[in-house]
Amino acid sequence: MAIEVRVPTILRTYTGGQKAVTGQGGTLAQLIDDVETNNPGVKERLVDESGLRRFVNVYVNDEDVRFTGGLDTEVSDGDTVVILPAVAGG
Amino acid sequence: MLTIEREVRDAIVAHARRDHPDEACGVVAGPVGSDRPARFIPMRNAAQSPTFYEFDSVDLLRLYQEMDDRDEEPVVIYHSHTATEAYPSRTDIGLAQEPGAHYVLVSTADGAHEGDDPIELRSYRIVDGEVTEEDVTVVSSYAEAG
Repeated sequence: MAIEVRVPTILRTYTGGQKAVTGQGGTLAQLIDDVETNNPGVKERLVDESGLRRFVNVYVNDEDVRFTGGLDTEVSDGDTVVILPAVAGG
Repeated sequence: MLTIEREVRDAIVAHARRDHPDEACGVVAGPVGSDRPARFIPMRNAAQSPTFYEFDSVDLLRLYQEMDDRDEEPVVIYHSHTATEAYPSRTDIGLAQEPGAHYVLVSTADGAHEGDDPIELRSYRIVDGEVTEEDVTVVSSYAEAG
């Protein structure tokens, strides 16, 4: 099983500079845990005690997971996951 | 240092004037590695607030997919401050997640959005929580800049 996870510039320090990594899992939470095993440190940038971090956007097949169940979003083989930090400020 | 075409600079300032009293925001994309802000892309401030801006998450994905298709990156990320100076706030610093970008700020405070007075445009690098202001050089075209 392979799910492609596209990683933004700011997280590539955890992936050895790679723009994309592969992982597996039935839900986004499981996928993140799997990606973490090969790329330690990335999970903490994505997830906090309340779930997905507020200013990190994650999309599964172009859908923002905030609308599809957050970390419980189901993922399957062949899916594409994109991570984009929010562009925001005050 | 930020080198920017006059037309692009004027477009950023016009956007800030237009969206006042809400913060205006957007990106100027350029070819990866060129450091040339060539393509002006005003974005919708999903927060619609005079003190906060955020790109809508769907707009954001579309923007990055489009830049990726065109081998571009966000050379400039700009926004306006509507009541304070054109300097990054603590929120700006905390949320800056594009270490390669020039963070451009414009202020529409004190009625600046109304007159024809020149509005100050300032640029900064924000890396690992550190802010460094940089000079802005306005050129009539990038060809001239060499």
